[in-house]
Amino acid sequence: MSLKMVELKVHYKTIRGMVQALDGMTLDLPDGEIIGLAGESGCGKSTLSNALILLKPPMELVGGHVELDGTPLPIGEFLQMRAFRYKHISIIPQYAMNAMNPTVKIGRFIRSIIESRGISFSKVMNALYSRFEIVGLSKKILDLYPIELSGGMKQRVVMVIATLLNPSLLLADEITSALDVSTQKAVAKLIVEFRNQGFVKSVIFVTHDVSVLYQIADRILIMYAGKLAELGPTESIINQPCHPYTKLLVSSMPEVGVTYEKTPLYGIPGQPPLLLNPPKGCRFKERCPLAYEQCSEEPPIEEIQPGHQVACWKARETDD
Amino acid sequence: MIELVQATKEYRTGAFGKGKLKAVDQVSFPLNPGEICSLIGESGSGKTTIGKMILRLTDISFGKILFQGKDISHHRGKALKEYYRYVQGVFQDPFSSFNPIFKADRVFSMIKREFFPHEKETQWKEKRDACLRSVGLNPPEVLNKFPHQLSGGQLQRFLIARALLLDVKVLVADEIISMLDASTRIDVLNLLGMLKKKGLSVLFITHDLSLGYYISDKALIMYKGAIVEMGRPEKVFFNPIHPYTRNLLSSVPRLDKKWDDVVLPSLSVVYENLYIPEKSKGNLVFQEIEPDHFVAFSQ
Repeated sequence: MSLKMVELKVHYKTIRGMVQALDGMTLDLPDGEIIGLAGESGCGKSTLSNALILLKPPMELVGGHVELDGTPLPIGEFLQMRAFRYKHISIIPQYAMNAMNPTVKIGRFIRSIIESRGISFSKVMNALYSRFEIVGLSKKILDLYPIELSGGMKQRVVMVIATLLNPSLLLADEITSALDVSTQKAVAKLIVEFRNQGFVKSVIFVTHDVSVLYQIADRILIMYAGKLAELGPTESIINQPCHPYTKLLVSSMPEVGVTYEKTPLYGIPGQPPLLLNPPKGCRFKERCPLAYEQCSEEPPIEEIQPGHQVACWKARETDD
Repeated sequence: MIELVQATKEYRTGAFGKGKLKAVDQVSFPLNPGEICSLIGESGSGKTTIGKMILRLTDISFGKILFQGKDISHHRGKALKEYYRYVQGVFQDPFSSFNPIFKADRVFSMIKREFFPHEKETQWKEKRDACLRSVGLNPPEVLNKFPHQLSGGQLQRFLIARALLLDVKVLVADEIISMLDASTRIDVLNLLGMLKKKGLSVLFITHDLSLGYYISDKALIMYKGAIVEMGRPEKVFFNPIHPYTRNLLSSVPRLDKKWDDVVLPSLSVVYENLYIPEKSKGNLVFQEIEPDHFVAFSQ
């Protein structure tokens, strides 16, 4: 088991009170898995990935614990986490364009990162060259400045840097959102390639775009208002969703071939609840077409099929 | 309604403006009344520049833009203001379109001050509320609030309602839903579809092919400043000819097929002399290869 997360609670401290952005998340991530994390903005998906690598104010660890490869992860301790960052947990930032230092050449930039971890640059040279080859870049770019590369090339350089020390867990937060479709496809496929080659053990891929997840993820976790809504294998989440939120979300996505004239789609009315003082019980009940009295109580996370968890009172009834 | 004729935008680059960069290259297409036209392309393909040229937010280097038969590319002052009565735009980021210091409904009073200074207040309020209702907002719920108190979807509808208060005939919608959440974006798209039925023409600028397919009557595929393929969406999407369009369609993430399983229809005829921006030397000429499906050739 690569990552084990139990009842993780991370809140944001604000003047008006605690914003309960991540409220009790339990997740097991086996080796070699790409898990996709999807949900609306403000559902806590970025909080989850940020909490694992850099938990800084106003974020506050309220409860729960995390283990990585059997070692407890001191995510609440800024300094103790330093031993894990980059070596064991690494992140690909969303804006690769701005992730590199514009005033030094890429080669020197990589050297400074590696040496800051107490590792000699010559030791990783071979790995660096072979990975540049895998992503389709030439060695020459080590002598270039970031401004001389295109957006897609920068993204690939950043991906190579992030995985150079073979981290156990890779966090990818919205890395494909700002890219064009053709670059998006290339980057997403590289993530799979990195996993297959064993450069990273497991990946948490955060995005709001479920169709990208369908292409690359092994499992998908749908979050709503800081909590788990549904977790399951990619095929079941897309083709047989059980949580009413997942159902509405998947059915509201247009695809090539669907037109307004013939098959109009509909969104989900309403807005997610404010997490400053979230409602009791199911947090989706305000917008849910199936809501009934029991929804004012916290829904249990039910395993309706092996590996397919749904947090809904009507989880069993709705799978028709 | 609006027609672009060989519209070109050139930027000067480098020291003393010696270099030239063609952001938009001889783009010609008509936008008919009651039609939604999708302009699809990657970032840097010039799609936003076309929208800005139509809205006269940037000058047109060469060519013409005709609105109801008149060239508007050199309008100034009064004539330009009159033009804005009929042509309006909505942009990508709803949060930066509003001034956060003022209440969101200030956009409406600004319209009144500029365009309808003589209208009675009560009459104006009725008109405003009717417009808000027509975009699916409940006036008491959204009026008298600051931008941060409203959601992105509500703010985008606000801006569409603002355009509708004028006698708007053409709406330039530049990536209006890319910042919205998946659960609300489709409703804003449906709103455009509804307004289309009332006779509004929309230029829908997007990088998302499936959204472009969903809503539009005509799809224009842009690549490096030029339109390389255009026509009915079902023809462009299911029988793509230009190599760029084919590449684009094979990269779209889909929910029914994995990337490796996507097979594009094979080309029955091998086309030569297709126009490839920045490579082809000749002029861009469109050929109709089947009814309502045009591909750019070099001549």
